[in-house]
Amino acid sequence: MTVVEPMTEAAIRGAERPRRFGALYIAEHQVRAMRAYGWTIVVTAVGSPLVYLLGIGLGLAAFIDQPVASGTAGPVDYVWFVAPALLAAAAVGVALDEFTYVVMAGFKWRRIFWGMNASPVSPEQICTGLILSVGARILFTTTAYYALMLAFGAVGNPWAGLAMPFVGLLAGLAFGLPLLAYSASLKDDGGQFAVVQRFIFTPLFLFSGTFYPLDSVPAWLQWIGWVSPLWHASELGRDLSYGTSGGWPWWTHLAVLLVMAGVGWVLARRTFVGRLRG
Amino acid sequence: MSAPVIAAQGLTKTFGDLTAVAGIDFEVPPGESFGLLGPNGAGKSTTMRMVGAVSSRTSGSLTVLGLDPETHGPEIRSQLGVVPQEDNLDTELRVRDNLIVYGRYFGLPRRLCATRADELLTFAQLEDKARAKVDDLSGGMKRRLTIARALINEPRILMLDEPTTGLDPQARHVLWDRLFRLKERGTTLVLTTHYMDEAEQLCDRLVVVDHGRIMAEGSPASLIREYSTREVVELRFGSDHNASAAAQLEGAAQRVEVLPDRVLLYTDDGEGLLERVAHLGLHPTTSLVRRSSLEDVFLRLTGRSLIE
Repeated sequence: MTVVEPMTEAAIRGAERPRRFGALYIAEHQVRAMRAYGWTIVVTAVGSPLVYLLGIGLGLAAFIDQPVASGTAGPVDYVWFVAPALLAAAAVGVALDEFTYVVMAGFKWRRIFWGMNASPVSPEQICTGLILSVGARILFTTTAYYALMLAFGAVGNPWAGLAMPFVGLLAGLAFGLPLLAYSASLKDDGGQFAVVQRFIFTPLFLFSGTFYPLDSVPAWLQWIGWVSPLWHASELGRDLSYGTSGGWPWWTHLAVLLVMAGVGWVLARRTFVGRLRG
Repeated sequence: MSAPVIAAQGLTKTFGDLTAVAGIDFEVPPGESFGLLGPNGAGKSTTMRMVGAVSSRTSGSLTVLGLDPETHGPEIRSQLGVVPQEDNLDTELRVRDNLIVYGRYFGLPRRLCATRADELLTFAQLEDKARAKVDDLSGGMKRRLTIARALINEPRILMLDEPTTGLDPQARHVLWDRLFRLKERGTTLVLTTHYMDEAEQLCDRLVVVDHGRIMAEGSPASLIREYSTREVVELRFGSDHNASAAAQLEGAAQRVEVLPDRVLLYTDDGEGLLERVAHLGLHPTTSLVRRSSLEDVFLRLTGRSLIE
């Protein structure tokens, strides 16, 4: 019979909680760290919808005579059409912030992922914990956005619209998790993040049927929308707000977003393991 | 005898064509202060990463606390305190919060983390910096905070990778004093260093590592006895004359080493040898008699100086 040393027993006990809750501990740390830029988070979450909804809902909408979209009950206000897309774009914007420079800081500049790595928490849990904390920030942003949309009367069906912050969260993750996998694979920031911002995020924002329906752009440009989490999330949001007729069924949008987020999550976890367990 | 906390046999790690650790054997009993001494790139950090259960071995066997790091990484890491070569404190958190969030990774309740954080801040002589920002700490204070953080889970083994590199002499001594206290309390210390004075101060036993292999093993005193003489005479003749002077001194000492800037003579009687040098008609610009150190052991074993 083998005798288990007390030190071995203590080790086995010591890993029980971290094995189960490690990702939550990481998320707790990250949320605490977000307090350092808490004001930025609040100001962007509240300020950006204010500016967009005022600018577009009261400004731009006044010039648009012709209805751009219809719901189940006929043509809808321009601000109804555009608001769900803006909410999704805000979520993607947060993901763009958090899944680029913050990741580079974790691996390279502040090296805090290496500190976490020396603890019982696993690389997969570090990755998932980071996602949880960013998810919390996205949900805070989209909830604030939705509250302001209600205040501006920018929602057709306020009750169904309650799901919109979660659609936004999904948009953020569908865009953000593949980006996280990419960021985690970079040893250095040689301007790649600026490229993502200018040549991926901006075109997606402009060509994802954000400000006008996707089918009003030339056919050869429409594919941008089909691969864009922003378009799928916008369409889902519109469906919730005023119901749409024709086009892709709602569940296909949901499926695309889930697949993008899921694939991104798997790749990101794999990249974290490869990097931290060399 | 109690079982070793770390046991490695034929431990090997390769990265592609590069063999970082080439089959090393060692054991560390509980409570010992064990050192890996060697130049940069000798394989010390790679060994530490394998023991720390964050890097898998290529071959050989390794147990830490009786467990295989390959299958029981979280279990092993739950009992380790790790002080990395480069600080990785969270500069977005305040000093005390760095300790608390780290304690949470071990599944410790928040209240316990807070109590221990306060005790450790006292231990690390940082109690008046609890609310400070990490970036406002000096290099020595950051090191002490990193050590305090590594102690939050009351580890059985504290692993320190080059703990005092980059610190000024005073900060080093403060740190050594703290580590010495831990040693007195019975914490097992495993440290790497390329400073021989550090190894002499802190290690009960050490291995000299070069090119991924163990060159020698023993206590600092026994290594010096075995691989060096009691005393060393250091002579400087000016860089152009060192080699020719050394040729004349061949046979005067038990061993002669010529370094670019000086000649080392190994002997048991330094003062006597110095007199003989004068009789030979040699006039060094400076001369110094000192006791042998681990630096001399390393030079003897590898033919190279520890610090290039």
